[in-house]
Amino acid sequence: MTVPPTIGVLALQGDVREHLVALERLGVPTRSVRLAEDLTGLDGLVIPGGESTTIGRLAERFGLLHPLRSALADGLPTLATCAGMILVAGAIVEGDQPLLGALDVVVRRNAFGRQNESFEMDLDVKGLDRPFHGVFIRAPWVEKVGSDVEVLARVGDRPVMVGSGRIVATSFHPELTDDSRIHRLWMEDAGG
Amino acid sequence: MDQSNGMKTGTELVKRGLADMLKGGVIMDVVDADQARIAEEAGAVAVMALERVPADIRKDGGVARMANPAKVTEIMGAVTIPVMAKCRIGHFLEARVLEDLGVDYIDESEVLTPADEEFHVDKWPFTTPFVCGARDLGEGLRRLSEGAAMIRTKGEAGTGNVVEAVRHIRAITSQMEALADMTDEEQADQAAMMRVSPELVKEVASLGRLPVVNFAAGGIATPSDAALMMALGCDGVFVGSGIFKSSQPTAYAAAIVEATTYWDNPGVIAKVSRGLGEPMRGKEIGTLEPAERLAARGW
Repeated sequence: MTVPPTIGVLALQGDVREHLVALERLGVPTRSVRLAEDLTGLDGLVIPGGESTTIGRLAERFGLLHPLRSALADGLPTLATCAGMILVAGAIVEGDQPLLGALDVVVRRNAFGRQNESFEMDLDVKGLDRPFHGVFIRAPWVEKVGSDVEVLARVGDRPVMVGSGRIVATSFHPELTDDSRIHRLWMEDAGG
Repeated sequence: MDQSNGMKTGTELVKRGLADMLKGGVIMDVVDADQARIAEEAGAVAVMALERVPADIRKDGGVARMANPAKVTEIMGAVTIPVMAKCRIGHFLEARVLEDLGVDYIDESEVLTPADEEFHVDKWPFTTPFVCGARDLGEGLRRLSEGAAMIRTKGEAGTGNVVEAVRHIRAITSQMEALADMTDEEQADQAAMMRVSPELVKEVASLGRLPVVNFAAGGIATPSDAALMMALGCDGVFVGSGIFKSSQPTAYAAAIVEATTYWDNPGVIAKVSRGLGEPMRGKEIGTLEPAERLAARGW
């Protein structure tokens, strides 16, 4: 019998609980990550929704930024949602905040607007046979996609889900609905 | 709102969803662009745009109203994190103005002078989500029934004294625990007493928590205060006068953010609390005149 992989959820701030629930629904053992040593022995990492500036600054002050950068560079499978998409990006369009630089994309924060422009809609996602209901909260989009990065879903012509090897990033929140298909797709594609 | 391309805005999921993204974070009262930038730099998840912080509202007296739109816009332009603003209880026109300005959340707040003694704002028709205060479960559920998408305790704002916020979260928690042990009939009686639907009471009983995010607010003045409220089960904290009425706002703001994340790690709280200087002065609740008790506003 094989030991199921343990997935960490970066738990500095944001909707950590919803990701833990989504993973537990798939029967996956989970661990909250708040200190560098919590990264040891993980088979995958989720970077949740939240405020990317808050999460980035906490990671910086508590010595997590460098270990996270190395872990992602070494191929730790990572699912990054909303704030997570911003954090894994190589660059953002405006502003100065700590980034992990693990995915060759340029991301625009709050690209769809403020809260009054937040929305939900059905999306076609590459690899899923039925539409996925996407919840977009003050959501970012991908402004520029690097050559190794594949676009997995779009709203209009804007990429809202991208992947590159083991890293998948979404503008929307797959953890806010009862549908764990994006989590499962990521784990399968990442070889988990 | 339903748009032709299938995008729906202002839904319950989208309104409650923003509050979910604020969890584990600190929302800070600010009165200008400079304070807003200090808050963002320190790691605040959102700021509350105000004309005056609650401690000054207490000191100055008079009628406290929605902040001037120019002030709200100034603060919205200064930061990239969500901006909230307060309207008076029942003042749906102030709320409409704030929605028009594009704030990310409206706080229908007892810190301002109530505008209606009978009705809170009917919050369902708004696209902008609302957060409301609650001293107990019934008050929280009444606000949810009116369309609030986030709840907070109603501790005595501007006192730097956390005791009332503690009372409120303990009341809400123990009332939810009691619901779980009740028969359907007893739950229906509770619903009638709280003046909310039996379905809502049932939902809370089965979840074991509110169906929305529940923050601490009122009287939080130190990193340990913030950690205490997290330990008591709050999803995050609002800090009002506690930051910009302390002797070193920049350091205080960062320390409260850090203590909120590492609330179960006393070593971290001790470390971040070192060398912070003086917290805000604070007030004993027993010394307040009845008219100064802001939590008693609303019902």
